Amino acid sequence: MSSMSNEEDIYEEHVMDHYEDPYHRGKCPQHTHEHEDDNPLCGDVVSVELRIDRGGNIAEAWFDGDGCCISQASASMLMEAIEGKSTVEVQQFTAEQMLQLFGPRLTPNRQKCCLLPWRVVQAAIFSPVDGNDDDRPPGKGMEGPNLGEEQ
Amino acid sequence: MNISTIRLPLEPNSWRADFPILSRPVRDGQPLVYLDNAATTQRPRQVIQAIVDTYENHYANVHRGIHWLSDQSTDLFEDARQKISKFINANSEQEVIFTTGTTMAINLVARSWGDANIRTGDEILLTEMEHHANLVPWHQLQERTDCRLRHIPITDDGQLNLATLDTLLTDRTRLVSITHVSNVLGTINPVAEIVARAHAAGAIVLVDAAQSAPHSPLDVQQLDADFVAFSGHKMMGPSGVGVLYGKQSLLEAMPPFLGGGNMIRRVKLDRFEPADLPAKFEAGTPPIVPAIGLGAAIDYLLQVGLQKIHDYEQVLTQYAHETLGRIPEFHSLGPAPERKAGIVSFTMDGIHPHDVAQLLDRHGIAVRAGHHCAMPLHKKLGITASSRASFYFYNTPAEIDQLAAALEDALRVFRRR
Repeated sequence: MSSMSNEEDIYEEHVMDHYEDPYHRGKCPQHTHEHEDDNPLCGDVVSVELRIDRGGNIAEAWFDGDGCCISQASASMLMEAIEGKSTVEVQQFTAEQMLQLFGPRLTPNRQKCCLLPWRVVQAAIFSPVDGNDDDRPPGKGMEGPNLGEEQ
Repeated sequence: MNISTIRLPLEPNSWRADFPILSRPVRDGQPLVYLDNAATTQRPRQVIQAIVDTYENHYANVHRGIHWLSDQSTDLFEDARQKISKFINANSEQEVIFTTGTTMAINLVARSWGDANIRTGDEILLTEMEHHANLVPWHQLQERTDCRLRHIPITDDGQLNLATLDTLLTDRTRLVSITHVSNVLGTINPVAEIVARAHAAGAIVLVDAAQSAPHSPLDVQQLDADFVAFSGHKMMGPSGVGVLYGKQSLLEAMPPFLGGGNMIRRVKLDRFEPADLPAKFEAGTPPIVPAIGLGAAIDYLLQVGLQKIHDYEQVLTQYAHETLGRIPEFHSLGPAPERKAGIVSFTMDGIHPHDVAQLLDRHGIAVRAGHHCAMPLHKKLGITASSRASFYFYNTPAEIDQLAAALEDALRVFRRR
């Protein structure tokens, strides 16, 4: 019907692959940290379970959720990207870097979809599950993600 | 329905020529298919010209200047009020209050009438299909007065379950505030019947006519509604202007809402006396040019014919249900087409509504996706969001064919085909 010459295709192969065959969608065995949030404007929900080892590294990252292609694909990409990283590295991973990781350029409205999993991860590293209070990531306190970077 | 053999109640293409934006290409040179009319409509040249003409030739502040231009501006502004008064068959222009839109109109009633009349334990009856604009002002009134909010439930096919009215209307019910047409389901509610039953129970009625006033004849006296609210921008007028109709006796008994210039008779350092209607509820400089533009939109609407618009949109809705209904993954929300206005909200199996809207946008098709400011309704329907195609008289059956083809294309992107 139409040519797509002048714009980047959000629904490119890489995105659709993550959407249809996501990395680590499900429960994280023996997870130490978890968080869930939604985007009430569109109803997208993402929950993240992390297993953070004693050295402060993300040993495993899993997500679950419900929402548009962008929010779910970006969650999958993010899980893949943060495994093996230290919590400090994850904290330093900016919203801008998340948008770059996703790939196709997004309008401000759809950036919110893409950044939902990133927001959840930034909160999850500060959210130990019951009985794991000692596993707080080293370094920073409880101030949470810098939402000012979200556009 | 064989659309090519049907005698259409109006010829959309003869009106489309008046709307410059409808012939502009969008994105990479595609024709615009504008199906987001429940959010806001487009404007014909006649309305745009009335706005330009006012600014170029007649603009000054209203009701103030002892100068020639101010008189001209005031005349045009008050002409618009008169047009609106006739358009809705109000008893007099005193009953037509200019607001910034439906939202402000409902807030005006909640603040002014609500604060003066609602006491702890009083009941306000709403419905499960209301727009946030007809929910949140009542939540706020509830916070101020500890009144009780109750809701007429909807049936499985998205109509009001009026069998519940007998128990929901009690001797504590002071106000029933309902939408005439659901902005999501398209359901046309039997407002006259609800008004009669509410009045019999001693309650007054506010009708949110944002989705009905632009699309079908509206006679406030025939409905016997106590308040009616609607917006200019959903009926080809500018944004920033809307109307609150209220019965004169009610408006006279209500305290002013916003305080400031124009709404006063006289002001002393320690007190004020409010002006007469309608100025009493129009503090500050009103939306002068938007109101004049709305007057021009009403002239245009009357030229097209409200009954014809309604009848034509019925044909479009029927055709949309038939055409889109052939797509197995398509599921429409709300009642059968003969019971709804030109609003077709839907879900597509396997594709989130935002993705649907984004993929339609590739084809130059504008629809809305999300909760359409009706989160409680979506929760009731068991979904978080939907896509919505909404029509006006300038839409064509061919555009519905394009929508169907674009939905098929979306399914291919999501590899469901």
